[in-house]
Amino acid sequence: MDYKIIPSICSYCGCGCGVLFQVFDGKLVGTLPMKTHLVNEGKLCIKGWNLHEHVVSDKRLKSPMLKKDGNLQETTWDEAIQTTADKLKAIIQKHGPDSVGVLASAKVTNEENYLAQKFTRAAIGTNNVDHCARL
Amino acid sequence: MTNSIAEIEDAACIFVIGTNTTENHPLIARRVFRAKEKGAKLIVADPRNIQLARFADIHVRHRLGSDVALLNGMMHVIIKNDWHAKSYIDERTEGFDELKKVVETYTPDKVEAISGIAQGDLERMAELYATNSPAALLYAMGITQHTTGVDNVKSCCNIAMLCGNVGVRSGGVNPLRGQNNVQGACDMGGLPNVFPAYQPVTVEANNEKFSKAWGKKLPDQIGYTITDMIPAMLNGKLKALYVIGENPMMSDPDQNHINKALEKLELLICQDIFQTETTQKADVVFAAASVAEKEGTFTNTERRCVKVNIAIDPVGNALADWEIISKLSTAMGYKMSYENSEEIFNEMTSVTPSYGGMTYERLGLDGLQWPCPNSEHPGTPFLHKEQFTRGKGMFHAIEYLDPDEMPDDKYPYFLTTGRNFAHFHTGTMTRASAHLHAEQKTGYVELNPEDANKLAVQDGDMVLLSTRRGEMKTPARVTSKVKPGVLFVPFHFAECPANILTNPAFDPIAKIPEFKVCAAKIEKAP
Repeated sequence: MDYKIIPSICSYCGCGCGVLFQVFDGKLVGTLPMKTHLVNEGKLCIKGWNLHEHVVSDKRLKSPMLKKDGNLQETTWDEAIQTTADKLKAIIQKHGPDSVGVLASAKVTNEENYLAQKFTRAAIGTNNVDHCARL
Repeated sequence: MTNSIAEIEDAACIFVIGTNTTENHPLIARRVFRAKEKGAKLIVADPRNIQLARFADIHVRHRLGSDVALLNGMMHVIIKNDWHAKSYIDERTEGFDELKKVVETYTPDKVEAISGIAQGDLERMAELYATNSPAALLYAMGITQHTTGVDNVKSCCNIAMLCGNVGVRSGGVNPLRGQNNVQGACDMGGLPNVFPAYQPVTVEANNEKFSKAWGKKLPDQIGYTITDMIPAMLNGKLKALYVIGENPMMSDPDQNHINKALEKLELLICQDIFQTETTQKADVVFAAASVAEKEGTFTNTERRCVKVNIAIDPVGNALADWEIISKLSTAMGYKMSYENSEEIFNEMTSVTPSYGGMTYERLGLDGLQWPCPNSEHPGTPFLHKEQFTRGKGMFHAIEYLDPDEMPDDKYPYFLTTGRNFAHFHTGTMTRASAHLHAEQKTGYVELNPEDANKLAVQDGDMVLLSTRRGEMKTPARVTSKVKPGVLFVPFHFAECPANILTNPAFDPIAKIPEFKVCAAKIEKAP
């Protein structure tokens, strides 16, 4: 039996409580509070204690999907990315970069937000980037 | 937050306004309880009888949207009694005379007429806040989600500076961020007017710096906020939208309106870990990795940048968001080839001065609080210590304004929205969690027993709620938590979506919608 605990941060509010993910034989089975963390000092709320449950939910999306004949259907990354890039490029060519908007996210990492705004500004060429801070 | 979470427990007074802290930031509420145990005074101003109110030295349920009047009234009483911090005001601030002139007119009677707060209560609140220092002010969306959101925040800053509470340990003006990385998304420049670390896109030197760093001439016109994007979709100016880890169908005001806007798009790209009300409308959906399946950093509400780590492999073919963005960018002809999240972090810190001294190694388990400008810097537990970032702290003299929509004969109730302790934001994650779902399975409307009586509604009966935007059915929760004439609806639940009702009117500066006040009608469902 292989048991690992992985330090992480709860993603259910802005407190940023330290958690430990419990992994048995490659499966995520629990969330524990980090005893030494400065924010939560070994405590968690009900959402934090159950943080792993959404990760292992069978409702998770497992593959990219493209709309074909009016329905979203699973596809490969290559097809999903290329089709999207082609459509985006066509829209930019016809209507200009300001016809595209990007919503970055208060739920993904700093690195991902940094890339999302870099993508919007450098790859698309617009400052139409915002996120859900106001909502 | 100007200050740190741990400091709250050493405050002599805590003023909680527009945050339901025990439900939405439980591990911050814990510090409030600890402060109480150490003898701190607790003031709670919230339209609902929230759990913290039970522990408060004084609790007022002011009328929705009357925060500026309430705060001006407190400042009126403080100045009249000579409780303000005169030497602090002289040395560290400007604009006091203008503030004084405006708050002079906010007499306790006038404030009572606007907010419904009894004069004695107002005086008691002012006295507790001004005479117990340091005093920490905590707020959340109850302050910001108004057409006067900016005025409300400035009023919080006014009262904090008036009593010398900014730039001191255990004091401060402390917005509690609702989502785990709101702070980080803002810091990283996920905003239409600024590059990372709030460097304006319109300043030529910034534009040059980033154009050089990213090897591309960058646009220097301010872009659309989320609030601007909706009309731009409707009038055909915005043709494509790429939505990362977001569910605007549930989180934006006036759902019918946003639905029409999304349908006008030529291309809707969604990136998420679940199907949501928004991904169902998408042309393409990218399957993303969850928090346990990727590496990276979040920045919490006290500006602490902390690291998450890979616990398990992503489910199925899902990829980390940074990998998806990189692939799409490369396919668009702007190459992004990062080996890992750390490489992105290091690029980011090189152009983001407040994060300049951070590395993954330095973050360790506890993280670092920005500003942390160089590799020797220990991080910053509280801001504005010797002087304010801008030099002198600026008072803003602010007049009270009514919310955009007030109750009338047709829609006689005040309606406000918020969260439930078991759920997070649009419910995408928490409703997929068996134990959290068991705590609260669907939405509800809180309704005062007096109003329930008038409507012949029993606890659990279905009621029909309507506003000028839309209508929905939901079960009634009869409770004296709300005053007569006030309704509360949580916004997590797609089957009774609060945001079919809410008003999209927004603050002219912050562009934040007025989720916290609108006029509504309630009747027993037929």
